[in-house]
Amino acid sequence: MSRHSKVRIDRPVLLSGVLFGSGIAASMIDLFIFHLALQWHHFYDLSTTEAALTADGFFHAFGWFITIWGLFLLADLRRRTAVPWKRWSGAVITGVGFFQLLDGVVSHKVLGIHQIRYGVDLLLYDAVWIGSALALLLVGLLMLRRTRPRDAAV
Amino acid sequence: MDVGSAPHQMDQHDGGHGGVPAVAGMDWTVLDVVVVLLLGVGALGYALGLWAARGRSPWPLRRTLFWYAGIACAAAGLLGPVAQAAHTSFTAHMIGHLLLGMVAPLLMVLGAPITLTMRALPATVARRLSGFLRSTWIRVLTHPVVAATLNAGGLWLLYTTELFHLMHASAAVYALVHLHLFVAGYLFTASLIGLDPDPHRASMPVRSAVLILFIAAHSILAKWLYAHPPQGVEPADGRAGAQLMYYGGDAVDVTLIVLLFAGWHVATRPRTSRAPLVSPF
Repeated sequence: MSRHSKVRIDRPVLLSGVLFGSGIAASMIDLFIFHLALQWHHFYDLSTTEAALTADGFFHAFGWFITIWGLFLLADLRRRTAVPWKRWSGAVITGVGFFQLLDGVVSHKVLGIHQIRYGVDLLLYDAVWIGSALALLLVGLLMLRRTRPRDAAV
Repeated sequence: MDVGSAPHQMDQHDGGHGGVPAVAGMDWTVLDVVVVLLLGVGALGYALGLWAARGRSPWPLRRTLFWYAGIACAAAGLLGPVAQAAHTSFTAHMIGHLLLGMVAPLLMVLGAPITLTMRALPATVARRLSGFLRSTWIRVLTHPVVAATLNAGGLWLLYTTELFHLMHASAAVYALVHLHLFVAGYLFTASLIGLDPDPHRASMPVRSAVLILFIAAHSILAKWLYAHPPQGVEPADGRAGAQLMYYGGDAVDVTLIVLLFAGWHVATRPRTSRAPLVSPF
């Protein structure tokens, strides 16, 4: 692949990966693990303010939208060129970490939309949540750094 | 509408909607007959269209299947056990609304009825229809912003005002609410992912923004209903109905997002092996 096309496809690779990663963190990890499997989250804890409820609705809508957007961007990349899978995976992990961090800090702590679990001391849960999000974000960013296209100024 | 004095009362309500009059009487029978007739026109009209256009290029079987599945969903939402139970159970009401307002419109839009009509009609009449579809009225009604406002706005009115109560007391109000639900659902779906010709199709960013706003509004309303069920609805019933609205709405909304991007995917397919990347936005 020429140097030029490498640079040209790098942005959609990153965009697709980050969108998909943030999207699955928002729509799937939250729904399938915390709501349905562990049942730590409640559908609606009835203590939420209207502003937080509105924010939650938009989080929810964007979550599904960017998951599918990321996948269609990937499909578009695949039909045009060879996808650099390691770099894409790095972008996905970065996206998951970024969203979990955002969720852990903004929606749990700042807006108080909901908590991780109810009836327990939250400090440990918050520390594990935010710590693991930071770890994922770091791993993702490292992967992106190691897979940087040689000539691309990303 | 004096339903209380109807000669043959239906089974007494168990107080689920305390204060909601029993659903019986002429008005409701007339409504059922009108619904059967309308659905019959939809089913028969499509079959006639297929017959009239039989000499033309083959019509994809899936479109026919989608159309009749849509008619079946609308029928299930309006007639029979679900519709009957919807007068006393909020959960059943929500099943009916998902079927009539979201699933049936989606399936029927995928049946491409306007395209079929165009194929079936003689060229001169088809041209006139096409001119009508280009008119300002249709253009406004099929704009995603207008269609989404009609759709979500109707839901907010229904669940946050007295309308929900009025609807169960009057067959006429019930008919209007359900007609609006279906038509708004159809216009909304068609404006986003319609297969039928749309001379003024809104751009991908506009359709995306409208869909995100609609999903947000739908899920906010569902969670709000969880905490504030309509007057007379038992809390447990209200919560079950609200969760159904949330997750059922999600299933249809996710399908809409996929179809929106699938349309973009097809429209931007590369014509050459070295085609440039195109962003949907």
